[in-house]
Amino acid sequence: MDLTGKKVTLHDMSLRDGMHAKQHQISLEQMVSIATALDDAGMPLIEVTHGDGLGGSSLNYGFPAHSDEEYFSAVIPKMKNAKISALLLPGIGTIDHLKMAHDHGVSTIRVATHCTEADVSEQHIGMAAKMGLDTVGFLMMAHKVSAQQLLAQAKLMESYGANCLYCTDSAGYMLPAEVSEKIGLLRSELNPATELGFHGHHNLGMGIANSLAAIEAGANRIDGSVAGLGAGAGNTPLEVFVAVLHRMGVEDGIDLYKIMDVAEDLVVPMMDQVIRIDRDALTLGYAGVYSSFLLFAQRAEKKYGVSARDILVELGRRGTVGGQEDMIEDLALTMSKNR
Amino acid sequence: MSKKLRAAIIGPGNIGTDLLMKAMRSEWIEPVWMVGIEESEGIRRAREFGMKVSTTGIDGLVPHIIEDDIRIAFDATSAYVHADNSKKVNDLGVIMIDLTPAAIGPFCVPPVNLQQHARQLEMNVNMVTCGGQATIPMVAAVSQVQPVAYGEIVATVASKSIGPGTRKNIDEFTRTTAAGIEQVGGAKKGKAIIVVNPAEPPLMMRDTIHCLTESEPDQAAITASVHEMVAKVQQYVPGYQLVNGPIFDGNRVTIFMEVQGLGDFLPKYAGNLDIMTAAGLRTAELFAEEAANAAIQLPARG
Repeated sequence: MDLTGKKVTLHDMSLRDGMHAKQHQISLEQMVSIATALDDAGMPLIEVTHGDGLGGSSLNYGFPAHSDEEYFSAVIPKMKNAKISALLLPGIGTIDHLKMAHDHGVSTIRVATHCTEADVSEQHIGMAAKMGLDTVGFLMMAHKVSAQQLLAQAKLMESYGANCLYCTDSAGYMLPAEVSEKIGLLRSELNPATELGFHGHHNLGMGIANSLAAIEAGANRIDGSVAGLGAGAGNTPLEVFVAVLHRMGVEDGIDLYKIMDVAEDLVVPMMDQVIRIDRDALTLGYAGVYSSFLLFAQRAEKKYGVSARDILVELGRRGTVGGQEDMIEDLALTMSKNR
Repeated sequence: MSKKLRAAIIGPGNIGTDLLMKAMRSEWIEPVWMVGIEESEGIRRAREFGMKVSTTGIDGLVPHIIEDDIRIAFDATSAYVHADNSKKVNDLGVIMIDLTPAAIGPFCVPPVNLQQHARQLEMNVNMVTCGGQATIPMVAAVSQVQPVAYGEIVATVASKSIGPGTRKNIDEFTRTTAAGIEQVGGAKKGKAIIVVNPAEPPLMMRDTIHCLTESEPDQAAITASVHEMVAKVQQYVPGYQLVNGPIFDGNRVTIFMEVQGLGDFLPKYAGNLDIMTAAGLRTAELFAEEAANAAIQLPARG
């Protein structure tokens, strides 16, 4: 694989996807210190939101330590060069949240839907584009559909006004050939001016390989997370990915030693648990299940004595999608009754 | 003279047709008119069921309201045209049951506040949302026992059961449902989440209801109240099932429901749509019962 001379924009997820791994309890001081250090390391784009996006604050997904407004107000004024993005899942967050994020200086909005439901995003993508925001369509659980189906949904989001489309491997299920096929088709069929991105999870250890495949196939934005802090086995670990990119001659504008230090000195010490491919995270990747279900299934195991792996496999069998965290306790109760 | 109230259904789509099939079985409602804006499948079906039809919208119905003694109108169109429809029939003394998200009248969730609306002869009542009909009774079941500081619901529906109107304005679902959780459910603050799932075969509508009670929950009283409320909803939606709960975790009370439809015109998995049409019809029926019992006086007609 020769990626020499390619340019990519890296997008850090530790302060949004990492919220899942922290049960949404990252403090304002931690947000500011990590975002500031990432900015200093040259990270161009940093996502800051509740793990489930704007409006995610809930009994269902978890109440965060602070509101999105508080996180934005603390972080955004401290940024020298980095831009801040926010995630929004229609059905959870609304246009009101979008306006709030815009008012607080968020410059990129990523509107996320399940990979077959792009048409619920029309009002949010339309509004974000109208506000002049960098507007991203984020098609989650993209392994559930064929490349052609993904393209059809991506075209809808493009037609609503998205200037960048993501193939999102929410379950960490994809292998490089699938990433190449999907990104390749999007690249050949979408407007050449539309940017493409890939968001990986490391549940099968493929975060880096998949991200490289995405770049080769035409993606220019890659999500990852410093020290891998994210749902499941985490996102593509950015400090590792940066080292790989530098060896391959890809331009990302990141200072490798500085991002290594952010990972080692700031992010790892605040982890509640080691982010690794334990058997439950591996099950997510193997069974194709939404990564943020991990801690919910592990809590249900503790409470109801049903194996987290069995719960996750059953959730996969039932075709659950992102946002169905409420199904986990319900299913664990049913499984414990049926034993 | 028949005790039945004669009704018009505005909107011959899936919802209107399902409502028509339910209304034809009703002891209290006699569907007479189906109103569309053009010739359509739905209009053709309504004719086959023996309905009078308008293909020129509400204005095709208005001249016949008095002579056909239409007392109830169901609006299954869209929020955009509802206000106009409602005014035109209200002016002639027809009670409007609004199945659109327009919500110009008060929210109506039958087992919680329908009796009160009927007694006050509200001329326009709104059926909130599908998620609201499925979950607000449970929030109310808890708040009838003790104060609820916060009520939150998650409705998961089959992708095939969500039409283009809802998809284009999904925020309207979350906002309206949250308002209903507060105004009818009795929670001080409400939140609603909707998840659309494309699994095949389509999944049955499922709903999770979380409440945070202000003080320690009275587990026995809440459990009894929830079971009683489930039974009340089952009177008009037999497929309304308590799957798990209520479970208690500190001040959190959680209830897991599943809603299977009757499968009249809409498929059984579309319990979200069925509960709307069933609740709309139940609402009309109570107005008819109250009128028959002389508990209310319908607007005078010459």
